Amino acid sequence: MIFRFFFKVGALIFNLFFIIGAVSRFFLEIIFTGFAPPFYLKEIMKQLYRVGYTSLPVVGLTAFFTGGALALQIFEGGSRFNAESVVPSIVAIGMVRELGPVLGGLMVAGRVSAAMAAEIGTMKVTEQLDALKTLSIEPVKYLVFPRVVASAISLPILVSVGNTIGIMGGLFVGTTRLGFDSQLYLLNTLEFLTIDDFTSSLVKATFFGTIIAIMGCFNGFYSKRGAEGVGRATTAAVVSSSILILASNYFLTEWLFKP
Amino acid sequence: MNPPVIQAQGLSKRFVNNEVFNDINLSVNKGKSLAIIGGSGQGKSVLLKCLVGLMQPDTGKILFDGEPLQGKHIQKFFDSFGIVFQGAALFDSIPVWENISFKFKYSGTHSIKARRKIASQKLDLVGLPSSNLDLYPSELSGGMQKRVGIARAIATEPKILFFDEPTSGLDPITSNTINNLIRFIIKELGSTAITISHDLNSIRTIADDIVLLHKRKIEWSGSIDTFEKTKNINIREFIKPSST
Ligand SMILES: Nc1ncnc2c1ncn2[C@@H]1O[C@H](COP(=O)(O)OP(=O)(O)O)[C@@H](O)[C@H]1O
Ligand SMILES: [Mg+2]
Repeated sequence: MIFRFFFKVGALIFNLFFIIGAVSRFFLEIIFTGFAPPFYLKEIMKQLYRVGYTSLPVVGLTAFFTGGALALQIFEGGSRFNAESVVPSIVAIGMVRELGPVLGGLMVAGRVSAAMAAEIGTMKVTEQLDALKTLSIEPVKYLVFPRVVASAISLPILVSVGNTIGIMGGLFVGTTRLGFDSQLYLLNTLEFLTIDDFTSSLVKATFFGTIIAIMGCFNGFYSKRGAEGVGRATTAAVVSSSILILASNYFLTEWLFKP
Repeated sequence: MNPPVIQAQGLSKRFVNNEVFNDINLSVNKGKSLAIIGGSGQGKSVLLKCLVGLMQPDTGKILFDGEPLQGKHIQKFFDSFGIVFQGAALFDSIPVWENISFKFKYSGTHSIKARRKIASQKLDLVGLPSSNLDLYPSELSGGMQKRVGIARAIATEPKILFFDEPTSGLDPITSNTINNLIRFIIKELGSTAITISHDLNSIRTIADDIVLLHKRKIEWSGSIDTFEKTKNINIREFIKPSST
């Protein structure tokens, strides 16, 4: 009984290290094959459109409602010690430092890493990856590198737009429901935000974008045969990229804002 | 006697605790057409992937034009063959003409016009009208996808052609057309061919020589004439059910 428990735990840990090893190897392969000519610029542009542009509505809506809800919560909380005036600054800091990148990252992870895993997984099980190799195209270089680059570029832009919309959400709720003056609200917002807040947002977003594409492509590349294999790869891509985003967010926060 | 183009010496391959085959030797002479036959799951596709360098065998080596596949020789080999995969393996995101001329898409040697011309010539050769050039693979029937797959494989007019179960999943009439097409293409290009199949009609139409992969070994090999007459029990089993 006890023995079997330890055996299971051992196997789990072994598997975990095995996967970490495989992902690291995959990452190195992306770097080594990607940063040498030829560069598939058209593929990068295509992915910029698919990852970046088409994610705008999702990220925008998420940010708007989050900013609004944040304003309501902080107003209610602040009113307990007559500090309602902190609403604009805390909405702004909360959005830019944490919620913008994290929620934006999670929403894009759900859309994009799933799509990448499904697409590449299908290409694998239908032998399209093999076909690419026989036509002298390296699949990691041709399929993965453009996705990682596009995702790492798109996320900071998406998150910046999301941050702005989130602050607007707070402003909208603040002026229509909480009786703030719009000019005062904006002034308050700008007064408290620092350059560090913005850079941390961009650094986090770039990290998350890289994670999303790598986990999506990795799971597609190593998907098992058959339709079931692709289904599992898709789920695994979303779960693993979401967990990695949340975990790395903690460590990035610790690193960026040393207490 | 023509020299061998492809030789396999002592190939074996296993996946964890599933031994697929062990000590496979075979050789195909220039201009000949070899069929590798065997039941489903006997390791035919794995053997083909080892032969074309998509999978590494655990032991043994592949010779191309008498030289082992390594270094610069590998690229030369990759430029000398075309392969048609079991499910055609067309790229979904690009139209038929780009699929066919894909080898030239990033080579920097062919303009769009030149690539379209190659595509339309090859499409014609496999018996499809050029009205299909701008369709996407998902808009084609299974038989048409196979034809486009063949057109892509012959875009560079390769010396060697590989086919993995070219008629699987097709109705008998379409199968027949594809078999005849393959024979025509091989003769037209003068290519050496290796075809994987478990379709007796394919074999009779396409093959000069035959090897039977059975229980991890090459159980039988010989020419098409000896194939029809042999008393080997596994070959007889293979021929019997379809010929009734
Ligand atoms: N990538 C792979 N990983 C693990 N096992 C595989 C893989 N490819 C094939 N196999 C196994 O090898 C055996 C032979 O498969 P295959 O060559 O596809 O058979 P077939 O003769 O029908 O083409 C099967 O048992 C299959 O499960
Ligand atoms: Mg097969």
